[in-house]
Amino acid sequence: MSSAPLTSADVARLASLARIELTPQELEQFAPQLDVILESVTSVAELAGADVEPTSHALPLTNVFRADEVRPSFTAAQALAGAPAAEDNRFSVPRILDEEA
Amino acid sequence: MDVMDFEDVLAAYEPVMGLEVHVELNTVSKMFCGCSTAFGAEPNTQVCPICLGLPGSLPVINGKAVESAIRIGLALNCQIASWCRMARKNYFYPDMPKDYQISQYDEPIAFDGYLDVEVDGETFRVDVERAHMEEDTGKSLHVGGATGRIQGADYSLLDYNRAGVPLIEIVTRPITGAGEKAPQVARAYVAALREILRGLDVSDVRMEQGSLRCDANVSLMPRGAAVFGTRTETKNVNSLRSVEGAVRYEMCRQGAVLSEGGTVRQETRHWNEAEGFTTPGRSKETAEDYRYFPEPDLVPIAPDAAWVEELRATLPEPPAERLARVTKEWGFTDLEMRDVLGAGAIGVIDQTVAAGATPQAARKWWLGELVRRANEAGVELAEVGMTPAQVAELQRLVEGGTINDKLARQVIDGVLAGEGDPEQVVATRGLSVVSDEGALSAAVEAAIAANPGVADKVRAGKVQAAGALIGAVMKEMKGQADAARVRELVLEKLS
Repeated sequence: MSSAPLTSADVARLASLARIELTPQELEQFAPQLDVILESVTSVAELAGADVEPTSHALPLTNVFRADEVRPSFTAAQALAGAPAAEDNRFSVPRILDEEA
Repeated sequence: MDVMDFEDVLAAYEPVMGLEVHVELNTVSKMFCGCSTAFGAEPNTQVCPICLGLPGSLPVINGKAVESAIRIGLALNCQIASWCRMARKNYFYPDMPKDYQISQYDEPIAFDGYLDVEVDGETFRVDVERAHMEEDTGKSLHVGGATGRIQGADYSLLDYNRAGVPLIEIVTRPITGAGEKAPQVARAYVAALREILRGLDVSDVRMEQGSLRCDANVSLMPRGAAVFGTRTETKNVNSLRSVEGAVRYEMCRQGAVLSEGGTVRQETRHWNEAEGFTTPGRSKETAEDYRYFPEPDLVPIAPDAAWVEELRATLPEPPAERLARVTKEWGFTDLEMRDVLGAGAIGVIDQTVAAGATPQAARKWWLGELVRRANEAGVELAEVGMTPAQVAELQRLVEGGTINDKLARQVIDGVLAGEGDPEQVVATRGLSVVSDEGALSAAVEAAIAANPGVADKVRAGKVQAAGALIGAVMKEMKGQADAARVRELVLEKLS
């Protein structure tokens, strides 16, 4: 593969997008590991000729639709059964933005 | 907040607008699952493993929503993609329980269209860049803090009933050259779009309920400049009046910032409907990274030409053609036609005529009693709560002599109160004109006996005095009598 190897800064950005907290040591450690994975995946490109379209779906299907019909839903109690916190039949989540956002 | 005078803004700057309209479709079930889309249900009672994004669940596209998307695209003169995919838009924000929204990215189902709108007799062509399919998000309730807004809230509560409701996002290309009419063009565009969507019967298009929502992007560039200025995106613009107001306000606010040598911050702003100004929201200095990728759980959508043509055949008459047709067919005076246009009543009158009323009768009800009721309720005419078919039925009842105009107004009360069609209201409220000649005759004789002086004048030839007797009879009959027949009876008995 030709692209530059992943840096710890790249990993830091990925971690922040995924909301995963990593220590500086972990950033250093994961960069070469992720690089190995990326390189393995990229090797697929070597097999595909210019005439092969990038594949997004394994099934050769299009237009799989359902009829516009209502089916039973959960009750609020069922919906909230796995919620860490709830109030008034709603999911409760921590503050979304900091004061200055 | 400093604002510049609108005229001064126009002297120095040229406004550029981009409008994004989100339309909730009126399918009965959600975009990817069978949960109901009905508005106003108890929180989290219209959710299931699919729209909550629970592990192992798989979405399946609602075919009716795709049809509606294609019909909207066609009505906006768009090309329809012969092959396109849904995409995942990834973000961490709790309005979607999946942590992503299924949308479309670089393969919208419809693209390259336009909509012509008219302002003060001048036609503006608004280019439509794209119309794409996606799912609506849940509703957040921010708790704590003074404003109920996200800033300063202690925590937030989520109702996912709306998450997954089919949504079409319609995006214009930058609208330039509108100058002083920019705010009106924005409003006219949203109004025209709403009229088209209503005609297609693909959405309730109720701005106050959020089934049609508009975000207005506005920027200013110095007159003669070739490069657009920095734009802001104003959200929460939930009425036609607000669309116009928000564009005008942002022009004046940005004009003040720029003329004082400042720079406009690229940010999301919030329209304050009650006070008529915008306040800053999220800053967009760091571009969001949504990491779109093709949705692996949904196979591509490939509308073939036959399907598209079949859907094209279901399109209603375009508004401009309809206007030309009804202007010819109805034979209204220019003044009458202007009133009809001003009230946005073309569509409802056309449908009322189609349901059997004469154009003049349809115009009378819609532009009289019903415009008044709509204004009182603060809603658009088409949302007043009476259908064109019901108006046509009301007129039939009047023409057939079952009710008179006065009773008709009570019938309208009943229809608007949800008591059913006009005939039902007449029956349940007992409103029909009394045609029992015996009862009428008795009431006339009683009125004559009670007003001997008046009766003598009529006998002496003063026919106009009969009005007092007719009034007494009508009062006795609680308005449920044919006034012309009462007059005949009075004169007969006193001749």
